Amino acid sequence: MSRTIMAAVMRLVNRSSLSSAMGQKYVAFSSTAKVKAAGLRAGQGLPEKVKIVEVGPRDGLQNEKTMVPTETKINLIDMLSASGLPVIEATSFVSPKWVPQMADQVEVMKGINRKPGVSYPVLTPNLKGFQAAIKAGASEIAIFGAASELFSKKNINCSVDESLQRFDEVMKAAKDAGIPVRGYVSCVLGCPYEGMVAPEKVAHVAKRLYSMGCYEISLGDTIGVGTPGSMTKMLEAVSREVPVNALAVHCHDTYGQALANILVALQMGISVVDSSVAGLGGCPYAQGASGNVATEDVVYMLHGLGIQTGVDLSKLIDAGAFICRTLNRKTNSKVAQATCKL
Amino acid sequence: MGNVPHTVKHCLSYEQLIQDYPRLKRWLLEEKTNTGHEYPEFVKIVEVGPRDGLQNEKEIVPTGVKIQLIDMLSGTGLAVIEATSFVSSKWVPQMADHTDVLRGIQRAPHVRYPVLTPNMQGFQDAVAAGATEVAVFGSASETFSKKNINCSIDESMLRFEEVINTAKEKQIPVRGYVSCALGCPHEGYIQPSKVSEVAKRLYELGCYEISLGDTIGVGTPGSMLKMLQSVMKEVPTNALAMGVCVVDSAVAGLGGCPYAQGSSGNVSTEDVLYMLHGMGIETGVNLAKVIEAGDFICNALRRETNSKVAKARGRTL
Repeated sequence: MSRTIMAAVMRLVNRSSLSSAMGQKYVAFSSTAKVKAAGLRAGQGLPEKVKIVEVGPRDGLQNEKTMVPTETKINLIDMLSASGLPVIEATSFVSPKWVPQMADQVEVMKGINRKPGVSYPVLTPNLKGFQAAIKAGASEIAIFGAASELFSKKNINCSVDESLQRFDEVMKAAKDAGIPVRGYVSCVLGCPYEGMVAPEKVAHVAKRLYSMGCYEISLGDTIGVGTPGSMTKMLEAVSREVPVNALAVHCHDTYGQALANILVALQMGISVVDSSVAGLGGCPYAQGASGNVATEDVVYMLHGLGIQTGVDLSKLIDAGAFICRTLNRKTNSKVAQATCKL
Repeated sequence: MGNVPHTVKHCLSYEQLIQDYPRLKRWLLEEKTNTGHEYPEFVKIVEVGPRDGLQNEKEIVPTGVKIQLIDMLSGTGLAVIEATSFVSSKWVPQMADHTDVLRGIQRAPHVRYPVLTPNMQGFQDAVAAGATEVAVFGSASETFSKKNINCSIDESMLRFEEVINTAKEKQIPVRGYVSCALGCPHEGYIQPSKVSEVAKRLYELGCYEISLGDTIGVGTPGSMLKMLQSVMKEVPTNALAMGVCVVDSAVAGLGGCPYAQGSSGNVSTEDVLYMLHGMGIETGVNLAKVIEAGDFICNALRRETNSKVAKARGRTL
């Protein structure tokens, strides 16, 4: 189809099918062309429900300078369970030699009060970790791959393909045991070593993880450099290879872009968002910078948009206040900072 | 491509088109990314740090520091920098040095330095000090208006009318602000129709641009959308700020929130720039220089920056 005919077709379709809800000069040609004027979700094609995956106890605490006692971790997870979060990443079965903050993985797993209906996935970097996780009672695990070759080499000393091969045996064991596996892709919008990361590369890794058997792929902007434009491009590439309802976004707020990036992801059909209570977790690649987006701020935005999460924001804020007191640090959540209650 | 005219004849909706020609979807997505029609090509940033920012900081900053901050910002490419406020120093001691600041700054060519003028007295002082652009502040909330400036919205409009008419005579442009556009600390939710009513009045009185302020930062993308849809029916889009192609922000996110103890206030200019530049939107502003100006003022205020971008570049105190 030639470009000129295509352009003519588009103009015709634009004029007739889209209402001038925004009175814009250009009518936005989005994939959800039914622009509804009414309603808070106002035709942006936003989902009715969003599943929040709480990564504070693992991703968050793993990247905090202060080490937290086992009891505190258990208490935090129990408070998060009570707030209505459907998924809480509990711990990581990685060798304590590498990640001392997660050395109490077994005690944490055994100590938490598992709320019915809530999942508690744990990271398992290899078969040994997987076996230890199952023994400790895990019923969901997670594996990860990088979208950047250099990041993979510097982080885990092998290429991306090699890292995914290593997970083959974990995947097989998980399948045999009937354990669902979540896949993480890091550096989806930029790499601290390579800089720009091609969307096609992200799509390739996401597709590999999905075809290996991961039920969901969480796309992580590891250093938080993404902006709505690059997020859109990346999601367009990935959603051609993996169904959008199997995708999640894991945005870091290192450059203050997380909520904007999450919003465009929602507009593109994503309905699973990873976040960390109180914005726990710094950034190992940028001294003094922030990391994870705060769950409180995400929930505030989603509820404001009329999107259901099942989360009780005030209980969540309580959990955040608790962990910040224990860590003796200020919260990274703007919502928690604001005491003005409207 | 012979069947295209046939398609165009019987299909009037995008969905029908996609149903008949599923491969079209991929082409259309590519077209969208190529042309990028959804966002403006250029966004004008209105820097409110030296006024709105410093006015809401606990520490009062010496005149010399204010002047230096504005001079640094003038070198970044920012086209509009709110310099100070000609309000009685009894009410806003942080802005008591308004005349000295306006006289002391080095005005860069092509940069505008609007100042707040809540009434005729302030306007006259501003003009005497050399102001070439002024701003007036209306509220979308009656209670906020009464508590803040001791009069109703209607009464405040009468005051502004006087200022705007005199400004017109002197050919001084006036920018209008509407506060509490997405919520009020006293009234709670504010009806979009009230916001558009106030915006329309300011526009009709003669303000060349209306800045819609989410004063307590409670808005979310949904309420923002609803409010803008309402206002856009009354005020031309190119005369609107916030969300269209003019955005107010403050260097280093200066300015807390007087209504929520300990909370943050203005969005940081650095973070806004980072987003816009990342999206391929031009601003004419040099981010690195804004970060430097932010460092400077945070050092002077002995406080950490509120800008995530500045933090990520490793420039915390």
